[in-house]
Amino acid sequence: MKRLDRDQMAARVARDIPEGAYVNLGIGLPTRVANYLPPEREILLHSENGLLGMGPAPEPDQVDPELINAGKEPVTLLPGGCFFHHGDSFAMMRGGHLDICVLGAFQVSRGGDLANWHTGAPGAIPAVGGAMDLATGAKQVFVMMELLTKSGESKLVEQCSYPLTGINCVTRIYSDLAVIDITPQGLLVRELVEGLSFAELQQMVGTPLMLPV
Amino acid sequence: MDELPNRPWNPLAPAPPGLDWKDRMIDKIVSSMEAAVAGIPDGATVMIGGFGTAGLPVELIDALIAQGARNLTIVNNNAGNGEQGLAALLKAGQVRKIICSFPRQVDSQVFDGLYRSGQIELELVPQGNLAARIEAAGAGLGAIYTPTGYGTLLAEGKETREIGGRQYVLEYPIPADFALIKAQRGDRWGNLVYRKAARNFGPIMAAAARCTVAQVQEVVALGELDPEVIVTPGIFVQRVVQTPGI
Repeated sequence: MKRLDRDQMAARVARDIPEGAYVNLGIGLPTRVANYLPPEREILLHSENGLLGMGPAPEPDQVDPELINAGKEPVTLLPGGCFFHHGDSFAMMRGGHLDICVLGAFQVSRGGDLANWHTGAPGAIPAVGGAMDLATGAKQVFVMMELLTKSGESKLVEQCSYPLTGINCVTRIYSDLAVIDITPQGLLVRELVEGLSFAELQQMVGTPLMLPV
Repeated sequence: MDELPNRPWNPLAPAPPGLDWKDRMIDKIVSSMEAAVAGIPDGATVMIGGFGTAGLPVELIDALIAQGARNLTIVNNNAGNGEQGLAALLKAGQVRKIICSFPRQVDSQVFDGLYRSGQIELELVPQGNLAARIEAAGAGLGAIYTPTGYGTLLAEGKETREIGGRQYVLEYPIPADFALIKAQRGDRWGNLVYRKAARNFGPIMAAAARCTVAQVQEVVALGELDPEVIVTPGIFVQRVVQTPGI
């Protein structure tokens, strides 16, 4: 089968982001989606530290330490973009004003619960940042992740074993093997990578999947 | 919809019938006042910016009168002055209920008459609680605890809690279906700047409504507004219309 690499996953997510959408790309893998948004499509990227209309990384000689994204990387601001304080930024997130957020995940449950902030392992230092506000407040929560752990266990599970970021919040999973919608009826497999059958996918994932009727 | 102000705000609730929030234009400029108020249904909760007449979007209100939606719940600091603007909307018989802090003024005769004859319902809210409840709706908070009003007629029957030795009243957010506001300048992404004390309720109402309509003195090109001084980011604004005749 043709497993998607991380850039292909990012390009796949980018394809589904419509013109005019207000979008927050979580730190880590989701940030890569920005590289694949078609330049002719106007998409407004929100960064939780306090900017809307975020542009690409600057040229090395244009780096401004006071113009950074949530991952503390240097960025630019598009014409029409603006700055605001943290209270306003999180009002946008919690208040349901963002159309889409894209987050990474350790685990997603069949019911759309998300675990992405803490492994709960002894000695692990927890860090949450804006993840819970995004998971709770965005109209659509897309998760972008490899479907299996390095040891081959499914990250799509019946119940999350890691501490939760939000409950019943994930609407769609973009993985290296399939695109899966989380619906009230169950997990709906929208797309499979070339060479992977539904039965094979079902075998990898320990929770029931469905195909569109 | 009648109970909306007393119901915890659910920002993920479906859009009201007849409106498709997903079908947004990246160009938020609409070409007429009529288009600016299109889709406001009977029974809607409509926030109207302004403090007295400063910041009152008179042209949008006139368009709402012409549009004819009825049985409205209006949120404004006051309840109309003279015979124009909000007073004219009240006089047209389109308002079932008003949520405000200070209806009684020397020139609030339209409201006074409707109130005394039982033709309009009044929810009187201390002004800071009004602002905080509007803000809470925009920010997706379920409720707020406020010390203002504790022990008074305006907090009767409401939940209270002692926090740090002080008494607070539980107040619910005020969300709206539409907000009609006035700003000085706006661009096609909906970014706004205001003029002087006409800013008042504009920024918080913009965030609290599902569909915010801003009438502006001037539409400017994208990038012309200084990103450091934009007061209302365009994410809170769905339609921008230039006030005619200016």
